[in-house]
Amino acid sequence: MTALRADGVYKVFGRRPGEAVRRLREGATRDDVKGLGTAAVIDASFEVQPGETFVVMGLSGSGKSTLIRMLNGLWRPTAGSVTLGDADLSTVSARELREIRRRRVSMVFQHFALLPHRTIIDNAAYPLALQDVDRTERRRRAGEALEMVGLAGWEDHLPAQLSGGMRQRVGLARALAADTDVLLMDEAFSALDPLIRREMQEQLLELQQTLGKTIVFITHDLNEAMHLGDRIAVMRDGRIVQIGTSEQILSDPANDYVAQFVADVDKSRVLTAASVMVRPAALVTTSGGPRTALREMREAQASAAYLVDRDRRFRGVLRDEDVVAAQRAGTEDLTTLVQDGLTPVAVDAPLMDVFAPSAESPLPVPVVDERGRLVGVIPRVTLLEAMSPTEVDA
Amino acid sequence: MIPESFRIPLGTWIESGVEWLTDTFEVVFDLIKTVLLALFDAVELVFAGPPWWLVALVLSGIALWAKGWRLAVGALLGFVLVLGVDQWDNAMATLALVVVASTIALAIGVPLGIWAARSDRVSTAVRPVLDFMQTMPAFVYLIPVVVIFLTGPVPGIVATIVFALAPGVRFTELGIRQVDREVVEAGHAFGSPPRRILREIQVPLAMPTIMAGVNQVIMLSLSMVVISGLVGARGLGQPVVSSLGRIDVALGFEAGIAVVILAMYLDRVTAGLSDRSPVARALRATAA
Repeated sequence: MTALRADGVYKVFGRRPGEAVRRLREGATRDDVKGLGTAAVIDASFEVQPGETFVVMGLSGSGKSTLIRMLNGLWRPTAGSVTLGDADLSTVSARELREIRRRRVSMVFQHFALLPHRTIIDNAAYPLALQDVDRTERRRRAGEALEMVGLAGWEDHLPAQLSGGMRQRVGLARALAADTDVLLMDEAFSALDPLIRREMQEQLLELQQTLGKTIVFITHDLNEAMHLGDRIAVMRDGRIVQIGTSEQILSDPANDYVAQFVADVDKSRVLTAASVMVRPAALVTTSGGPRTALREMREAQASAAYLVDRDRRFRGVLRDEDVVAAQRAGTEDLTTLVQDGLTPVAVDAPLMDVFAPSAESPLPVPVVDERGRLVGVIPRVTLLEAMSPTEVDA
Repeated sequence: MIPESFRIPLGTWIESGVEWLTDTFEVVFDLIKTVLLALFDAVELVFAGPPWWLVALVLSGIALWAKGWRLAVGALLGFVLVLGVDQWDNAMATLALVVVASTIALAIGVPLGIWAARSDRVSTAVRPVLDFMQTMPAFVYLIPVVVIFLTGPVPGIVATIVFALAPGVRFTELGIRQVDREVVEAGHAFGSPPRRILREIQVPLAMPTIMAGVNQVIMLSLSMVVISGLVGARGLGQPVVSSLGRIDVALGFEAGIAVVILAMYLDRVTAGLSDRSPVARALRATAA
């Protein structure tokens, strides 16, 4: 079952929203219906799977904030439906909606939205008070949430005494204390300094590994989107223009707009070794001798070969001159000829982790999977090519 | 251009309106009169009943709690001065009038302000009424009030309530509307019912502004209380009015200084109270 689903969702603010939706359905643009109202979200459809981090990325005015507010019913869609678990938010009563918000979906806000007159622990316990959890239990669970975000010891301080990053940790702890399956994060890290933002992103990824929440994350920062998102929806002028993994969006942008957007992205953090690696030219197994190795190299017109064992596990690199010398000396065991200095990288490593090994040796960097098997190599030229800006048709 | 006979008899209409009101709602007005008079007598008894030094000490004690020892000492000296110029009883009657009138004005104004903050329609409806109440010269609506309630403290209290109501409504509405939208949204997002959002988020966060409104209501009450001396309300208004009639500079000044002392006391104490609200304290914690 999907955790969250949006089906043809529209949100129009203004005098004649129904009429605006009708015109938009017939293909009118946002500007065409200006006289009828402001079309914040136009025909948004997507599904979020349990445990997935789904990022909605767009510039200001793209409708992403309105979209996220329809996912917990803060706004009601003008048309279309939002389904959270098994509840259709467009048909539930106000009372049921409050119950859903208490138990099933929580939110983290851009400017933290803490209660300034309550202590940190009371802020974190706020959703629990609404869930009618008793006082001692409330403090215990809020305390745990604060510990998870690294704020143990700050319980009795006031929000004003904390830095921005720490305040957002309280915001996160509050949402975690609510213990809902779905977590909505509205530009949650946008108000923070870049360094703190980075730190918070790492912390979120770390927490997500153990908690496995379903997260919908709104951001205008593509790097953040690519770093955090399992899948990304790119929004422009109220419409979702592309949904895909970060690599799909980078390597196959749906249109010029997305292409231009991703042109500035720091690809070294987004693209993984898997997305650029190629087949190794020359491959030799440990059971073969120098003769086999030389034939492989000759056929591939390569001056080196990658040595793997019977299970394809990477064992090292052989250079042609060493193999020739070994053949003359009559050595059969290839493993003794392995050269030092070529570190393999993991298949899911971001390209930024490939630069160092690539600089160490002129040979293509070997890529191994989690069991150490050689799955590909990254020649230096491929690496440089991948890092060059995406071409945009003018 | 304008014919000689052109004259809108607005005043006459209002006059007959007031007469009609007086006749039709006599029972209601009598009830209001009885209740207000009883309230006033009770509160005046609290201030004027005990010996002066006890009242002065208690009032200074409140100043000590609300603000600090400087204000407490200043208040005590001020009260001794009021006693010294023989205006103690008048000052206590005035204080009773201010307390009764501003309590009622706030009891009406704050809920009305909350309502106006939550509904644009109410806000647009209330605004011109408040403008009217605030800008109509105070002497003018003393007249119908006297027609309805005759003389004594009751017309003074009623006129004071009408005059002092506006800032209570305005500041409350402003305060609640100014509350950070995202914090209110957080309340909704975690499933809080609107009533609880009002109680736990909007009112506490608006409290510094609401307290500024309370301060304004009390200060306006005090200024009106003196005017209501004209219609025979007991208190500092009476010596002011009679000194004006007799060109008695000495009496006028003595009564005037007593008003100033009361005003300063009430202003500083309410300001001190607003600094003690949880939000105001939380904001000060930043500096610490």
